[in-house]
Amino acid sequence: MTSPPSGEVIAEPAPSGLSRILDHRVLLSIVVLALLPWLLPSKALAVNVLIYGVVVMGYNLLFGYTGLLSFGQAAFFGAGAYFTGIAIGRYGVPWFAAVPIAVFLSTCLAAAIGIVSTRTRGIYFSMVTLALAQLVYYVALQAASFTGGENGLRGFTVDRISLFGLHVNFLDPVNKYYVLMAFAGLAMWFQSRILNSPFGAVIEAIRENEQRARACGYDVERSKLVVFMLSGAISSLGGCMLALHLSIVPLDILHYQTSGMIVMMVLLGGARSFFGPFVGAASFLILEDVISLWTPHWQIFVGAIFVLFVLFLPKGIWGTMLDALGVGKARP
Amino acid sequence: MSKTGSMSKISRRTALAGLSASAALLAMPRLGRAADETIRIGFPTPLTGPFAAEARDQVKCAELAVKLVNDKGGIGGRKVELLVRDDKLNAGEAATRTLELIEKDKVHAVVGALSSAVQLAVNEVTRARGVIYVSISQSDTINEAKDFSKYTFHEALNPHMTTAAVARQTLKKGMKVAHLVADYAYGHEMLRGFKRAQAAIGADNVGEILHPFGAADYSTFMPRLMSMRPDVLCISNFGRDQANAIKQAVDFGVKQQMKIVVPVILHNQRLAVGPDVFEGVVGGANYYWGLEAQSKSAAAFNAAFKAANGGAIPTDYGAYGYSGVGSLLAAMQTAGGTDIDKVVDALEKLQYDLTKGPQHYRKCDHQSVQSVLVLESKKKSAMGGENDLFAILANDTGSDDMLRSCSELGHAT
Amino acid sequence: MDLSLIIMQLLSGIALGAVLVITALGLTIVFGMLGVVNFAHGALFMIGAYAGLYLASLTGSFWWGLLLAPILIGAFGMLIEFVLIRRLYGRSIDDPLLLTFGLSYILVEGVRIVFGSDGIPFPTPPQLIGVLDLGIGFFPRYRLFVIALVAVVLLALWLTLEKTRIGLIVRAGARDPTIMQVLGVDIGRVWLAIFGLGVGLAALGGVLAGPMRSVNPEMGSLVLAEAFVVTVIGGLGSIVGAVVAGLMVGISISLVALFAPEMATIVMFALMAVVLLIRPQGLFGVRGRTA
Repeated sequence: MTSPPSGEVIAEPAPSGLSRILDHRVLLSIVVLALLPWLLPSKALAVNVLIYGVVVMGYNLLFGYTGLLSFGQAAFFGAGAYFTGIAIGRYGVPWFAAVPIAVFLSTCLAAAIGIVSTRTRGIYFSMVTLALAQLVYYVALQAASFTGGENGLRGFTVDRISLFGLHVNFLDPVNKYYVLMAFAGLAMWFQSRILNSPFGAVIEAIRENEQRARACGYDVERSKLVVFMLSGAISSLGGCMLALHLSIVPLDILHYQTSGMIVMMVLLGGARSFFGPFVGAASFLILEDVISLWTPHWQIFVGAIFVLFVLFLPKGIWGTMLDALGVGKARP
Repeated sequence: MSKTGSMSKISRRTALAGLSASAALLAMPRLGRAADETIRIGFPTPLTGPFAAEARDQVKCAELAVKLVNDKGGIGGRKVELLVRDDKLNAGEAATRTLELIEKDKVHAVVGALSSAVQLAVNEVTRARGVIYVSISQSDTINEAKDFSKYTFHEALNPHMTTAAVARQTLKKGMKVAHLVADYAYGHEMLRGFKRAQAAIGADNVGEILHPFGAADYSTFMPRLMSMRPDVLCISNFGRDQANAIKQAVDFGVKQQMKIVVPVILHNQRLAVGPDVFEGVVGGANYYWGLEAQSKSAAAFNAAFKAANGGAIPTDYGAYGYSGVGSLLAAMQTAGGTDIDKVVDALEKLQYDLTKGPQHYRKCDHQSVQSVLVLESKKKSAMGGENDLFAILANDTGSDDMLRSCSELGHAT
Repeated sequence: MDLSLIIMQLLSGIALGAVLVITALGLTIVFGMLGVVNFAHGALFMIGAYAGLYLASLTGSFWWGLLLAPILIGAFGMLIEFVLIRRLYGRSIDDPLLLTFGLSYILVEGVRIVFGSDGIPFPTPPQLIGVLDLGIGFFPRYRLFVIALVAVVLLALWLTLEKTRIGLIVRAGARDPTIMQVLGVDIGRVWLAIFGLGVGLAALGGVLAGPMRSVNPEMGSLVLAEAFVVTVIGGLGSIVGAVVAGLMVGISISLVALFAPEMATIVMFALMAVVLLIRPQGLFGVRGRTA
């Protein structure tokens, strides 16, 4: 399906009742996510859906809404996880300070990588982001005294979450899920605000037609850098969640194969939709889990499904469903 | 679903009654860990990835260990069940699988892991939740105080033991030794072991070259290595890296000038590269089927494995699956069940001999003290059959002084 | 650190660069002329190695494997273009990249299913075993052969593109496919040929690399990252760029290996970052060819 000429992006008729309900997308998403642990076969799987959902949501900002196909999102996912683990384990920082510090540092990393990569366009951009993220991987491998190198980062297990006098046993899978869901809710609210703002309209304009956006007077280069940083920030929060969940940070989190997985998830779920990332993360993880039970060769099925989606269902599961329901494009 | 004659005799009413009864039984909530329940052991292993063959060997041998115990009536009348999970050689995946094994499947203990990163990830999850973990990954780090816990056990060899054994066999006073090392934690552990052993023997270190982990091409390191003119080249890396490094060293004519030794010589890597390239390479190992000529335990293990697997021989990695699970089950047998503290105590006091001779777990770091084999790869013309890969140069009996001291590892003595 | 060691190291770097060049060349030709980034390039390199090995053991000779594998896998590449990639022309420029990404998963796992996950030995051809005494040191015969063969292939490619009618059509088709169609050239056949050529070059790289490294299903993934770095440095679409960048990267890695071998892999990424900061389109790339 080709996209209609730009100009339709900002103002949109609100037709059906369904559309109005779906306008409260953050609230609805939280409700669905709250039910998730009881719908999936395991709590650990549900937490993974949360984590990857947030990471992919951040990536969606860059790819789905701005149209920049980066293959290096793993760098920010990993940075969030590593900075959180290092802050808690090495410097004894309590978790509620470690997370904001990690997100801040990861955003700085996103700025550094963004400055170099947004100088390039199109396919170069994809390849450069891949290579720079791989550089981060090798640096983490070398800086073993900070990151644990090949062995990954350990020694920062958080077993109790304490806030305002409330103590929660974090090892309990249900408690852990809802604490992390609070993080996810925060990320979703943030993303929704960005998308609803004038900046959100600018990045969509850039996706539709970069030349025209520039001609209209928007600073395209600066906007790309800003969205790159915001996307990195949100994905890094996913990394913080992972660190708290697994109590380890595996080195593989920074490898380009993780970036590839993030790309697959966003496409499977539906780029340019709000809840698509969670749908994509859930589908991919469940698919992988289920297929692994029959055969160790699950990768061939995942690859084949992905190819079919690229060919015939480019809007992903959620995107196609929204279209079928007649809901306005690029909303929930 | 085959139709037997007797099925037609069962009335619909009886079948429905049976079905609803079983459905009710399944719907009943699990009543905690009841005494007549099966004993569940989690077994994460890399069924996907470059070590898939080794992983499958481990599963077969682990299942053999379980079967032998179940055939004798189980543990305290309870059957043992092995829950195998694919960790994809990925630490994050392994941690997730271990969480599921503990939270959803309610396993009583975990055995397994091949890579260092994976074992440490599994350990982090199990020790926080008080679940016993027997690691069978060949790395030093888990012995150290930082990663240790009373629930952590390490059944496999570690680089300190293997490098010392290989050095004892191949290095002499005054020899010149060069090192090619993979630049990651495991590579450095092996280098440290070699250097310590070579210093004790009185051999000279003429140079060390670090290569990036996972490098495919070693040609850029060869000229420098050759210019050092060593008598022995110690290659401290693992798996594919080792196979590539040896192959390319041989391409550059290294074997004409020096002897190649490695800390661990792998059965499957030797098969992957072939007899010509590996000829004359010396390395350590935890097990080799050819040991059956010298050891009754090895002969018994081989026979049991052959009987269960159509005449196939067990490999080095397979033996880890067997002894890891086997030693745990033996301890559970002594403890009479799955009470965590009793099993830990039993493991600490256990003396076992499953594949090659006497073994026991040292108290301070729960490292299994065991013998180390030193093998030399045979040349093609000397091979008696397609499985006759190595000659056994030594089988050094296990002792505490093969290991680093408790205080060096950071444990209070 | 004497001169002979440095010269040997340079030679090593050129041998390393030769394989990089052949692999990156396939990637850059397909992009330059079709606008498609083939993410399955690494997987096809790997399949080339397996094909070479299989054909060599079937026919009993390495040379048949070297000749036939690239042709066979190149034909397979044409099939991929016709069945899958052709459907994506006219859609977003990212779609072929995404499709070939999924394809790489299928190809790698397919090889695992057919050949197993373990490495398979690729014996060096008997005529090329051993080292040559260059006076200043020993160098493997096989690697000298690789350098020579790659040079010959490059020459043949250049001659074909510059001096023959087919080469003219290919170059013109890359510049302006519409005019070519108006002139009566079946542009579909040109695309098929180019894609097949690109894949064939990847396969050739794989067969050449086989006897040097171990042949296993994962051997393509590192090569892919290397090929990307070399094409970005050289400039996507530029053949000269691929050659210069490939040699540059090979020699840099080799020389760095003398002083700080553990940094050898990081060096190529650092080089890429530097080139991009100075010239975002690569050394020989054309600005504006990418959006």
